[in-house]
Order: sequence, then C-alpha cells, then structure tokens
Amino acid sequence: MSNETFVVAYEGDDTSVVDYAAERAKKDGARLHVLHVLEWSPYSFLTPQELEERHKRRQEELKRADQMLMQPVLARLRAQGVEADGELRYGSVVDLILKVTKECGGSMIFCGRAGSSSLGSRLFGSVAIGLAQSATVPTVIVP
Amino acid sequence: MLDRKLAPLVALAILFAPVLARAQDAVAAPTIDETINEIVGAVTGPFVNFIFAPIPGTSFPWIVMWLVVAATIFTVYFGLIQFRAFGHAISLVKGDYSDPKDAGEVSHFQALATALSGTVGLGNIAGVAVAVSIGGPGATFWMILAGLMGMASKFTECTLGVKYRNEYPDGTVSGGPMYYLSKGMGERGRAGLGRFLAILFSIFCVLGALGGGNMFQANQAHAQISGIVGSYPGWITGVVFAVIVFMVIVGGLQSIARVTEKVVPFMAVVYVGASLIIIGMNADKIGWAFGQIFDGAFTGLGIAGGLVGALIQGFKRAAFSNEAGVGSAAIAHSAVRTKEPITEGFVSLLEPFIDTVVICTMTAIVIVITGVLQIDPETGLYIWNADAGRIATEGDVSGVQLTSAAFGSAFGWFPYVLAIAVILFAFSTMISWSYYGLKAWTYMFGEGKSKELVFKIIFCVFVVIGAAMNLGPVIDFSDAAIFAMALVNIVGLYFLMPVVKREMNSYLGRLKTGEIHKFVD
Repeated sequence: MSNETFVVAYEGDDTSVVDYAAERAKKDGARLHVLHVLEWSPYSFLTPQELEERHKRRQEELKRADQMLMQPVLARLRAQGVEADGELRYGSVVDLILKVTKECGGSMIFCGRAGSSSLGSRLFGSVAIGLAQSATVPTVIVP
Repeated sequence: MLDRKLAPLVALAILFAPVLARAQDAVAAPTIDETINEIVGAVTGPFVNFIFAPIPGTSFPWIVMWLVVAATIFTVYFGLIQFRAFGHAISLVKGDYSDPKDAGEVSHFQALATALSGTVGLGNIAGVAVAVSIGGPGATFWMILAGLMGMASKFTECTLGVKYRNEYPDGTVSGGPMYYLSKGMGERGRAGLGRFLAILFSIFCVLGALGGGNMFQANQAHAQISGIVGSYPGWITGVVFAVIVFMVIVGGLQSIARVTEKVVPFMAVVYVGASLIIIGMNADKIGWAFGQIFDGAFTGLGIAGGLVGALIQGFKRAAFSNEAGVGSAAIAHSAVRTKEPITEGFVSLLEPFIDTVVICTMTAIVIVITGVLQIDPETGLYIWNADAGRIATEGDVSGVQLTSAAFGSAFGWFPYVLAIAVILFAFSTMISWSYYGLKAWTYMFGEGKSKELVFKIIFCVFVVIGAAMNLGPVIDFSDAAIFAMALVNIVGLYFLMPVVKREMNSYLGRLKTGEIHKFVD
C-alpha cells in the first residue's frame, strides 16, 4: 500500500473518470480524493434580494451537491474497494483543483473531458486544457 | 425566456399608440400628467417645506447642516478614518483578507457593487446638473468635500448594519438602521427611544424608496427618452417601467435585474471614460474649469445664491447621490458574512468616494468645461435665468438633459448612450430601493407574502406617478424623503458611535499585531 493520493476532479456525471481513477488507485494502492467544484466568482453581481438569501442558498447548494453527487460517488468507490474521501469547494475550477492537489499532497490528477468540445471551451479553454497547461503533477484526461 | 416576458410590453406600447396620438392633439384640457402633478404636489408640499426649512435668519436648510455636522463629527471622532483605512478597504474588496473556506458566501465586493448600483444613478448625472446649474461650478467643490466627509458617515452606519442585523434560522439576514436603532439603542439602555426611532426611520425609508428611489428615477428616465423620441405623456413610460419592475420584484425574475446589475458597472466605466476623453479634448480649459470651481466655491461667480447657494447645492446633491448618513446602504451591506462587522464599514467608505468624488465630479467638470452654462462675454460671469432660478443654458435645458447636452457637444452620439445609461441606472436604483423600502415595510408590518405584495404594488404605482410629474415637485419630494431618513438615522449613529469606535480600535490593533492577516496561497 503506497501513501499516494490521487485527486479526482469530478464534474457530476463523468463516472468514467471515477472508474478509471479507481482502477489506477487499486493497482498503485493509492487513495482517492474526489473534488467537486461549485463554480463561483466573488466578483459576480447579485441583487439585494440575492445578497440576503446567499448564505441560505449556499447551504442548500452544498447539501444538494453532497447528497446528489458526492455521497453516491464515494459509495461507488468504496464498493470497488477503494479508499476515498470527498471535498466540495466554491470557486474557479482549475485554480481549485491545483490548490487542493497541493493541500492534500496529491501525486496525480484525473479529470474528464466533458464540455471540451463546446465553442465556449474552445475559445476560453476548458478544465482539461487549463490543467494541461498548469498542473504541477501528472494529469490524466479521461475521455 | 426574456422575449416571452417582454412580449406584453410590446403589446402595451402598440395599445398605447392611439392614446399617445390623441394626447398630443389635446391641448386645452388638463392632461393626466398635470392632474397627478397637482395632487401629489399639494400632498407632499408641507412635508417638503418642513424638511427644507431654513435655519432662522439664514437661507441655509437645517437638514443639510445636520448631515454636514454629522459627517464632520464622524470624521473627527474616528480620526480621519476615511483616509487612514482607504488602502485597507481596497485590500478587503480584493479579497485579500477573505478566508477561502468562506467562498460562495457574499463577498465584500458583491456587497459594495450592489450598494453602489443603488446609489450610482441619476444623482450622478441629473442631480449634478441641477446642482451646477443652480449653484454654479462652485457647487462641485462643496460636493467633493461633502463626499469625502460622507465616507465617515457611511463607515459608521454600515458597521452598525452588520453588527446588529437579524440572522434567521433559515440562514437569511435582515439588517439596516431599523435593527441597529432598536437593538443597539436597547443595549445602551434606550430601548424605548430606539424602537420609536426605528419605526420613524422605517416610515421615512418607505417614503424615500417611493420618492428618490422611484419617482425621481422614473421621472428622469422619461425625460431622457422623450428627449430622444419626442415629447409624449410621462405616464406611458411609467406604465412600461412599472410592468418591468413588477416582473422583477413580484414575478421574481431576478434574471432581468441581474442583467442590469451587470451592465451598470460597465456603463459607469463607459461614462467615466467618456468624461475623461472630453476633459482630455478640452485640456487647455482644465485650469480654467478648476479655477471656476474654486472661485465659485467661495465667491459664487455672480450666481444669485453666492457662496451659500453653491454650498447648499453641493452638499444637497452629494448627500442625495451617495446617501451617506441616510442609512440605505446599511441595508445592502448587512448581508455580508464576516466575523468582523467593521470590515464592512471599511469597504463601504469607498462608496461615497466612487459615487461622489469620482463620478459626480466627472459630470460637473464636463458640464463646466463644455461651456453649456452660458457666460456673459462682457463680464465673464454666468448669465442668470431668473425665471427658471438657475444659470441660463444652451437650449434652455436642465437636469439630465443638461448633462446630455454637455456630452453631446463633444460626441453627437453620446446622448443615445447616456439615455441607455440613465434608463439602466434608473432601473437598478429602483430595484435596490424597492428592496430597501420593502425591508422597512416588513419591519413595521411583519414579514409575509401578502404584506410584501401590498408594498410592491404601491411601489409600482409610484413608478407611474413619478414618470408623469414635472421635475420640480418630484425632485423636492425625493430629496425631502431621503433627508428625513438621515434625520432619524444620524440620531442613532450619535448614540452608537462609541460601539463602532470600540470595534475599530480592536480590529486595527489586531491588524497591527498580525492576528488579522492576509490569506495567501
């Protein structure tokens, strides 16, 4: 059993990433750290009504993400016999994947290619492209 | 989605087309506009007279003195905090001191942007034009001074707004002067007075929301549109605006509001950019324009009101534009999640700076520098139009149309951009004030869907009334209602300023020792 941690950037529907990362983790005896980022900019604009409700909405969003996304994927990994934990964060996706990898001492990142073919991501770059450009550890892009 | 929602508006416009044509034919009978004008003017008259009563023996309104004295006291009491904490305020807005674990909560930037979208608006465009045309260029000097001093008032009220807000079990918050007046004064053994002031503030806040936050906005938006498409009855603009406001505040279409919230900062940048270009184009006159502003501030440059006239106009417009001491911003700022209420005070002091010291000053300089205020070539003094009670202007325009003429003299197309800016500013200010008014309303009558709906419908009706009235009665009532809020709010600020000072000293002490530090990656 190695002490390695692999970070899995999980967008919510790309189970192929999770399964592939689980396979690799089992081979290497690594543990998985599943990260789901809720896209958020502290510079976005909110109406006064939204300001008032923001804290409540944030709690609801976190609860929903935990129940609908994180718990099922962690259960799926445990069923496959992989040691895994999860983390939900608010912010910019690529920045947070890099930050969390650093924080947990991750030695490899797994991410999906979801959305990479859209016009927006071709113009402004997708998560996969962003990671390819700036990741400091080996990164696996799972198709 | 948006198209489908806007369809009724198009239908409405088509529906009103024949009415519009008929209204233009009818000259003799009093129009709906005139009737509304007469009734509302008569009802609000005594209230306006009371608020703007001069100090006996002078022509200086006591309420303006009230605000200026308060801003001066806060400036001295907190040791020029607006200058000492300016850099720290910018660091806070940038998020340097925000715990990354709190991401997803309301940031300092968001609270500032939302509060600004409630204040940056017609006060900056139309209000400044009114001040400069009545008080002369010298009004600009007093406006800037009032803006700088007002930063200390804003700092005080926004700190208290966060400190004494109500946090409900479901995670929502309600804050503002109503809450710090009742809770804060209660802590200081003045619970009865606090509750009384809180109710009084709420009444004035509802009136202010309907006046400055609504009627004035609708009125000037109409003036702007009719300046471009030709004259037509104001209530038509009012109905269209009312329908859109209704869709947002009753229909819950926050997406429309969010669009304007996004466009407003962009427009503000365009506006300041255009101002700078015009100032650059008239670079040779910059020295002269500042000379006019400084000379006018102390001599009046032949303006009927002289020094006092310039000072009153400058102070009045600054207060109306940045709302420092009024208490409205404390409502918007109180939603921020912060462990230190004082940080929101620091952030909020940037508001009068951006609003008055930057944006209002730009407008004033453009009006002065482009020469739309007429000067007698022989004496070099401004020509006074006694009938209108202001300086004679090219095309005899006032308010937002004067600003439009000033920008239009440099860029022929700018009045169209300005018209869009005015409409969007007006709209975002209305949305912000509908919220402020609603919070005051629910403070008085309790929360509940039907009670809220009553206020929202009243708010929409006032959009129509505001658009239909002439500038005079609307601007008077708007000012009076907003100043009345300051009357109550500042009494509370005097009682509670030691609380703010304690918070400030504690925070600045911990900042110095490094206990409070930046979060760095």
